[in-house]
Amino acid sequence: MDGLFSRYRNMSALLALLAGQLLLLAWQIKSDGDTRLIRVWAVTAVTPIVRGLEVVRVGTGGLAQRWFMAGTLETDNARLRHRTAELDIRNQLLAEQLQQAGRAQALLEFRSQLSSRSLPATILGNAPGVQSGVFFIDRGSPDGVKRGMAVVTGDGIAGQVVAVYPSASLIMLATSQGFAASVTSQKHRTHGLLKGDGSSCHVEGIRNEQALDEGEWFYTSGDDRIFPRGLRVGAVRSVRNGADGKEVEVRPAALDGDVSEVLILLDAVHGQIPDLATPSQPDVQVLPPPPEDTHESAAAAAAAASPAPAGGSSATPQTDADRMKERYKRIVEGQNIQIGVTPYRAPDFNRQPAAAPSGAGAATAVQPPGVQALPGTPPTGSAPAGKAAPSAPKAEPKRTTSAQEQR
Amino acid sequence: MTEFESSPTHIPPDRLRVWSFHPATWILVPLVAILFQVYVPRFLSYLSYLELPLLVTVYFSVMRRQPPAGALTGCLIGLAQDALTHHYLGMYGIVKTLIGYSAASLSLRFDVDNSGLRFLLGCGFFAAHQVLYWALSHSLLGTHDALHVPQTVIAALLNGVVALPLFQVLDRLKSEAR
Repeated sequence: MDGLFSRYRNMSALLALLAGQLLLLAWQIKSDGDTRLIRVWAVTAVTPIVRGLEVVRVGTGGLAQRWFMAGTLETDNARLRHRTAELDIRNQLLAEQLQQAGRAQALLEFRSQLSSRSLPATILGNAPGVQSGVFFIDRGSPDGVKRGMAVVTGDGIAGQVVAVYPSASLIMLATSQGFAASVTSQKHRTHGLLKGDGSSCHVEGIRNEQALDEGEWFYTSGDDRIFPRGLRVGAVRSVRNGADGKEVEVRPAALDGDVSEVLILLDAVHGQIPDLATPSQPDVQVLPPPPEDTHESAAAAAAAASPAPAGGSSATPQTDADRMKERYKRIVEGQNIQIGVTPYRAPDFNRQPAAAPSGAGAATAVQPPGVQALPGTPPTGSAPAGKAAPSAPKAEPKRTTSAQEQR
Repeated sequence: MTEFESSPTHIPPDRLRVWSFHPATWILVPLVAILFQVYVPRFLSYLSYLELPLLVTVYFSVMRRQPPAGALTGCLIGLAQDALTHHYLGMYGIVKTLIGYSAASLSLRFDVDNSGLRFLLGCGFFAAHQVLYWALSHSLLGTHDALHVPQTVIAALLNGVVALPLFQVLDRLKSEAR
């Protein structure tokens, strides 16, 4: 036996090492046992070094800047060249700071809007492995981070916490293989399962008959009990019918660019998926309503000056039909006739309508400055724009009152 | 006599030298390689395709020319990598054990100081590493991760190119074993 081992010494050593590791693997899989102690040691050993490297990196930038600033220059040419270099470096530093500040500000604003309790974290480095898609962050178990917590940015979901240690945690990005989240589309409310495939994401579980448009946005549905309902995921990049259902590719909006700061949802609260609004068509610009031309404005002002609004759907009539309707309503009101009440008395529509005590302010609020004010209309230029605006809300209760009277 | 000692080699006996390293080198070089993989790709994302711990495993294995030592080196470096991931402990360990053993076995038959061979070692072992890891994940863990072949081939070439200067730098740390 000894001869056999000595003859195949190399192979025996290899088999022993492999067998030991296979047993370790089998034990972990079978008993779901986590070799936590080894991992904690490894992470605790590596994290301070990475933090130190980060400090050195930041410090080196400042040192280089100071070195450029402290140099004594003998000739103007050399001084100017150094000055240029210095300004270049400062420019780069400021640009980087501005970028970081912008990202931090966006994250802060998103955090204030977020109903869930969250914890900001900075990404320290990658987990070993080629394109692992798993990152170390500077928050650990003392900060309240737990395995399985959702990781988001201001643009949407970014990933999930997969391991927690005292000095750091590991997060898996949404694009990495093994990631999954339950999602629903914004327009057609189509449910599916978002999965990472290494570089992008795809949504599974959507039948070919179900409706889904290219460019449609996906939101978290909350069914996975990891991500709260209503967080943005990303837009559909491509969709086509396949053998096992639709093949949908989605690019997470949160991962479009450099991700260095994230939020961990400590206490996630479900929200609502917003109605179809701007995010689904971010490239489409919608202009404000066009200004009325002179003739239409004059007509509108006249209509607003003579008949008072009564139960109209809007304070300012938009069309000629609206204006005519308003005019007839005021004529009826001026003759104290109640429509639909017996005994019925036909109104005389040839009469002029009663003067409008209210609603005129609202009409003048939209009147262009070049239009002359007609009788009954308060002068536009007499009050500043800031004061003209409150007259519109004041018209609301009066309209309600007249509508009640009409009933 | 082992099975490899009886095999014919392609190098003259005077070039079949065994190298040794300072104990600190055995610890610091793999540690730096792992730290590089942890820290640097955060700023230069395309460097995440570099598998420096693998290249270090290959280098130490081929320099020692002892398959058990190569397997042990690969095992330790792989387990250290495993400890920093969320995967089961032993996946990288098994793969790098096999790589270390194979590299050391190859070094018994070929002149590993040759630059062309070093490039091929970097390329070939990277590809083997990725394929082995993918196969182990499928067979042992039942995962369905995809193996991106074109991406792996390009990354293998990149690792082969990087292996040349890296091995030359590491050559400065070696000393001939007595």
